[in-house]
Amino acid sequence: MDPVMLARIQFASTTIFHFIFVPISIGLAFLIAVMETMYVFKGQDVYKRMAKFWGKLLLINFAVGVVTGILQEFQFGMNWSDYSRFVGDVFGAPLAIEALLAFFLESTFIGLWIFGWDRLSKKVHLLSIWLVSFGTLMSAFWILAANSFMQRPVGFEINNGRAEMNDFFALITNGQLLVEFPHTIFGALATGAFLVAGVSAYKLMKKQDLDFFKRSFNLAIVVGLITSILVAVFGHQQAQYLVQTQPMKMAAAEGLWETSEDPAPWTVFASIDPDKQENSAEFKVPYLLSFLSYSKFSGEVIGMKELQYQYEQEYGPGDYIPPVRTTFWSFRIMVAAGTAMILLGLYGAWLMLRKKVEQAGKWFLSMMLIGISLPIIANSSGWIMTEIGRQPWTVFGLITTENSISPNVSAGSILFSLIVFTAIYAVLAAVMAYLFVKVIKKGPYAEEADHRHASDPFNKEGYNAVS
Amino acid sequence: MLSLNEVWFVLVAVLFIGFFFLEGFDFGVGMSTQLLAKSDTERRVLINSIGPFWDANEVWLLTAGGAMFAAFPNWYATLFSGFYIPLVFLLLALIGRGVAFEFRGKVGNARWKKVWDGAIFTGSVLPPFLLGVVFACLIQGLPINEAMEMHAGFFDIVNAYTVVGGLTMTLLCLLHGLMFTTLRTTSDLQERARSMARKLLLPVAGLFAAFGVMTYFMTNVFERRGGLIAVLLGLALLAFLLGGYFMSLKRDGWAFGMTGAVIALTVTSVFAGLFPRVMISSISQAFDLTIYNAASGPYSLKVMTIVAVTLLPFVLGYQIWSYFVFHKRVHEKEHLEY
Repeated sequence: MDPVMLARIQFASTTIFHFIFVPISIGLAFLIAVMETMYVFKGQDVYKRMAKFWGKLLLINFAVGVVTGILQEFQFGMNWSDYSRFVGDVFGAPLAIEALLAFFLESTFIGLWIFGWDRLSKKVHLLSIWLVSFGTLMSAFWILAANSFMQRPVGFEINNGRAEMNDFFALITNGQLLVEFPHTIFGALATGAFLVAGVSAYKLMKKQDLDFFKRSFNLAIVVGLITSILVAVFGHQQAQYLVQTQPMKMAAAEGLWETSEDPAPWTVFASIDPDKQENSAEFKVPYLLSFLSYSKFSGEVIGMKELQYQYEQEYGPGDYIPPVRTTFWSFRIMVAAGTAMILLGLYGAWLMLRKKVEQAGKWFLSMMLIGISLPIIANSSGWIMTEIGRQPWTVFGLITTENSISPNVSAGSILFSLIVFTAIYAVLAAVMAYLFVKVIKKGPYAEEADHRHASDPFNKEGYNAVS
Repeated sequence: MLSLNEVWFVLVAVLFIGFFFLEGFDFGVGMSTQLLAKSDTERRVLINSIGPFWDANEVWLLTAGGAMFAAFPNWYATLFSGFYIPLVFLLLALIGRGVAFEFRGKVGNARWKKVWDGAIFTGSVLPPFLLGVVFACLIQGLPINEAMEMHAGFFDIVNAYTVVGGLTMTLLCLLHGLMFTTLRTTSDLQERARSMARKLLLPVAGLFAAFGVMTYFMTNVFERRGGLIAVLLGLALLAFLLGGYFMSLKRDGWAFGMTGAVIALTVTSVFAGLFPRVMISSISQAFDLTIYNAASGPYSLKVMTIVAVTLLPFVLGYQIWSYFVFHKRVHEKEHLEY
């Protein structure tokens, strides 16, 4: 098999798998920090219980996020050594800073948080979870700074046959980063919020621990609604930015072969034929693409054929059109999932304000349970659109994916690692799902019963069960 | 005054030394969960003794990797692509171990625990062995061509010298972990950790001596920097003897410091032997990777220096504080699950 293809599949599977857990960790850490803040300042025990119960899910999830993150950092050197040589001078810096600033903070303070309930003062313990949350945000910032360089390279010059950094400040104020970071972060917060809201809805449906899960639901639905709306706002910003900086990606996401009329209509769906470079069975909404691209109801959007011609003039002969169908549909799946999140959030918040969460219809609570998957789907499809839509480049305009791989690594080696890592991911996913269900079924008050049981030294079995 | 290239070589070395010193003992404790613990409760006590620390210790490795990427992209690219298969196994081991700490206690079933205990043990033995092999390879030299690409066959990586290097590192970590156990546990478990450590002294000394002698005959590091390396290894030997002496006095804290010093001095001598090279080509000296031809440009190094100098004091500060918070020993009778 083709090593480039294998390395790409390897990267995709690792990154997609890793990025199921990362947003959950970012979102849950923030929500738990809010819960513990309410415990410390309001003094109500239920908030401590909330922090601990949701904390269990965070820890299981965090572990998988951490271990797949190691692979994430190593694989640039393992599979993409020519890429690493070419951009390491620029791209390595944010990765090193991420480790130094974020990984140390997260890992140290999550340890203090887990084991520190009885050894730290309430406020220092609270500070620990806020520092974990801050660490997750910093981690996102630096890795997205690196990714933004791949989307829109800035702050460098070509020297000694490679990209060398010449303006660090430009790298961290990259326009791409300024839209990509909030879009991703609010998406991550929404992911955590929909997880908490969905699990709470399930427990409310089962009529278990009503007070506990009503409070959890209320907090999560507020955060979920606000962040879902902000995701959409920054998504719109990012789309406008892409029209300027990576027009090919946006044209592919719109399935736009020819330059559009003015004002440009938005294609809701289409049957795309990349070989003939044309669409059939299109359904269009007038004016909408102009609005999405420029926030006004006029303006044409340049199509892929014209861009291909421009890029051939600029970069030499080659195929500069990314896989159109994948880019087109991943964009639509993301937008659809995001829209569903906003609708669910609106209805949930309305129920909360009318204090009718307990009486919510079973249909709605089931939808919230299914809704846990919506942000996860949106996150993945959003990244698929971003990364596939940038092809054939790894760094836009600078180096292609084909020229990025490790020349000294055989296809067999990549295939071997692909198989073992995919197998491990499958096992991890299954175990995680099992443990999540188990923790959720046990509920927040099970542990107390365990404790009483276990503290009886004559009950040997119970004693061993906790140790 | 050191040049920035030299500063970053030292920083990468410090990160690896810190990693082996810190994660070294939690690898050792991970091995002890099978070699020392006799019951499930003891196993849990051992795991909890490193519970708050192991994750942050592992970040030293990640940061070392990140620092190599940023400061010496060619070193990072050549090393990580060249050692592809060993790194796959290293990653598998670290993945299994990391999740096992979290997963094992979540289900009360004996077979479930056995599986994750297996992952903890394997994940604690394999990484120090593999990294020991990799570091031995680094000073032995590797087939690196004029394009800085390493095309290593099986025996370039696995041979008598590198295997002895791997075993030495593994046993040093076990010894170091046993000393850590004496500091964090009580009564019977603590006593058994001491006695196992004493029994290990001779085999470790044997391996260590073998590795030193083989290094003298099979690599060129002594020709390059013989004086310095002799001093470092002499100090390591002294620390080793003092470690044994403190063990016999049951001065566990000092003994732990000494096993840590042996590890730190050994890793230091590897970096000293390399300098100013970072990877040695067995094809031609002209193809060696050095702190100059593998490095980032001066601007990038300057930025990274400022960042590192600003952040490192905080990192060290809160990590040391976390050890202070958890200085009490772990007792069997306390609530061990979380």
